[in-house]
Amino acid sequence: MQPMMTNDLIARLAGELKPVSRLAVIRRVVTGLGLSLIASALLMWWWLGMRPDLAEASTTMMFWSKFTYTLILAAAGAWAVKRIAHPLGSIRVNIGLIAATIVVMIILALVQLALTPPEEYMAMLKGHTIRVCTFNIVVLSLPLLIGAFWVLRGLAPTRLTVAGAAAGLAAGSIASFVYSFHCDESAMPFVAIWYTLGVLVAGLIGAITGRYILRW
Amino acid sequence: MHSVETRLKALMLASLAGDARSYGVLLNDVARHLRIYFLRRLADAHKGDADDLVQETLMALHTRRATYEVDRPFTAWLHAIARYKLIDHFRRNRIRVTVPLDDAEDLFAQDQSDAAADRMDVERLLQSAPERTRELIYRTKIEGQSIAEVAESTGLSETSVKVSIHRGIRAITARLKGHAANDDK
Repeated sequence: MQPMMTNDLIARLAGELKPVSRLAVIRRVVTGLGLSLIASALLMWWWLGMRPDLAEASTTMMFWSKFTYTLILAAAGAWAVKRIAHPLGSIRVNIGLIAATIVVMIILALVQLALTPPEEYMAMLKGHTIRVCTFNIVVLSLPLLIGAFWVLRGLAPTRLTVAGAAAGLAAGSIASFVYSFHCDESAMPFVAIWYTLGVLVAGLIGAITGRYILRW
Repeated sequence: MHSVETRLKALMLASLAGDARSYGVLLNDVARHLRIYFLRRLADAHKGDADDLVQETLMALHTRRATYEVDRPFTAWLHAIARYKLIDHFRRNRIRVTVPLDDAEDLFAQDQSDAAADRMDVERLLQSAPERTRELIYRTKIEGQSIAEVAESTGLSETSVKVSIHRGIRAITARLKGHAANDDK
C-alpha cells in the first residue's frame, strides 16, 4: 500500500513528463562553463587587461606552450565535471590526465632549467609577477567555480567532495587559460609552479566548499 | 526471463522518450521498491520518514533523469540516488540529534548508518551472484516472500527455486571467505 501523497506525486510527475535529450547533461555543462568562461574573460579584460604584446607573443613558442598546457588542463577539468555529474560517476581518468600533464610540464621546465646558466635560475622561477600570478588565477576562477557549481546542482553528483574538487579543478584550469592572455611571463619553470599552484588551490577550494554547496 | 532490471530499464527508456504511461508504471514500481529499501534501513523511531524519503527520491529521479546513461543499468543508477538520499537523511538527522550533547540518540543514529553500510555490503555481495539467483535471494531473504510466492511469479518449481537460492548463497559464502583470505594477506 502506498500513501495517497506518493500516488498524487506520481500522477503529477507523470503529468508533467517531457522527453529528455541524451545530450542534456553535456548541454548543461557547456552552457554553465561557457557562460562563466565569458564572465571570467571579461573580468580579466576589465581588471588586468590583455597583454599589450599579444600579437608578437603569439609567434613565440612560450605563448603556445602556456596555451596548450592550460587548454589540456581545462579540457580534462571540464570533462571531469561532466563525468562526476552522474550518480556513480568517477573522475579517476581525468585526475590521471591532469597529473600526467603536470608531470610533462615539470619535465619541460627542468629541461629548460638544465639549458640555462645557474645564475638565471631564480629569475626563471620568480619571473616578475610571482606575487600576483597564483592569486590572480584563483580570483579569475571564482566566476567559473560558481558556473561549475550551478552545472552540478542541477545534475546528480553523489560524492560531493569529489564533485567539488572536479568543479574547482575545472574552474582553476579554465581560469589559468584565461590568465595566460594577460600574463607575459615566458619561462617554463614559472608556469609549471605558479600556474599549477593556482589550479590546485582552486581545486582545493572546490573540494572544501563542494560538500556544503552541492547538496541536493 | 523475468528480470527487474530489464523491465525497469525498458520503462525508463520509454519515459525518457516522453511516454507518460510507462513513466507512471515505472514510478509506481520504483516507489514500492524504495519504500521497502528505506523502511529496512531506518530505525524504528524514524520509520515515519520512509515515505518522505520515497517522495524525495522520486522527485530527484524526475528532476535529474537526464543523468541516467542509457548504456548503464537502471537499478544501479536508482540505487545510487536512493543511497545518496538516505545518507543525506542520516547526516541531517545526526546534526539534529547531536544538539543535546549527552543524548543517547546520538549513538543510536551512528549505529543506524553502520547498519545501512552493512546493508549496502549485503547488496554488493548479492551483485556477485548471477542475476536470476540474485533476484530469488533478494525476494525471499530480504523482502521476505515465501518460496511458493516466488516460485509462482517466476514460473519455476519450488524445488528449483530452493536449489538456486542454496547455490547462490554458497557462491556468496565462498566469495566472502575469499575476501577474508585476501584481507589477511
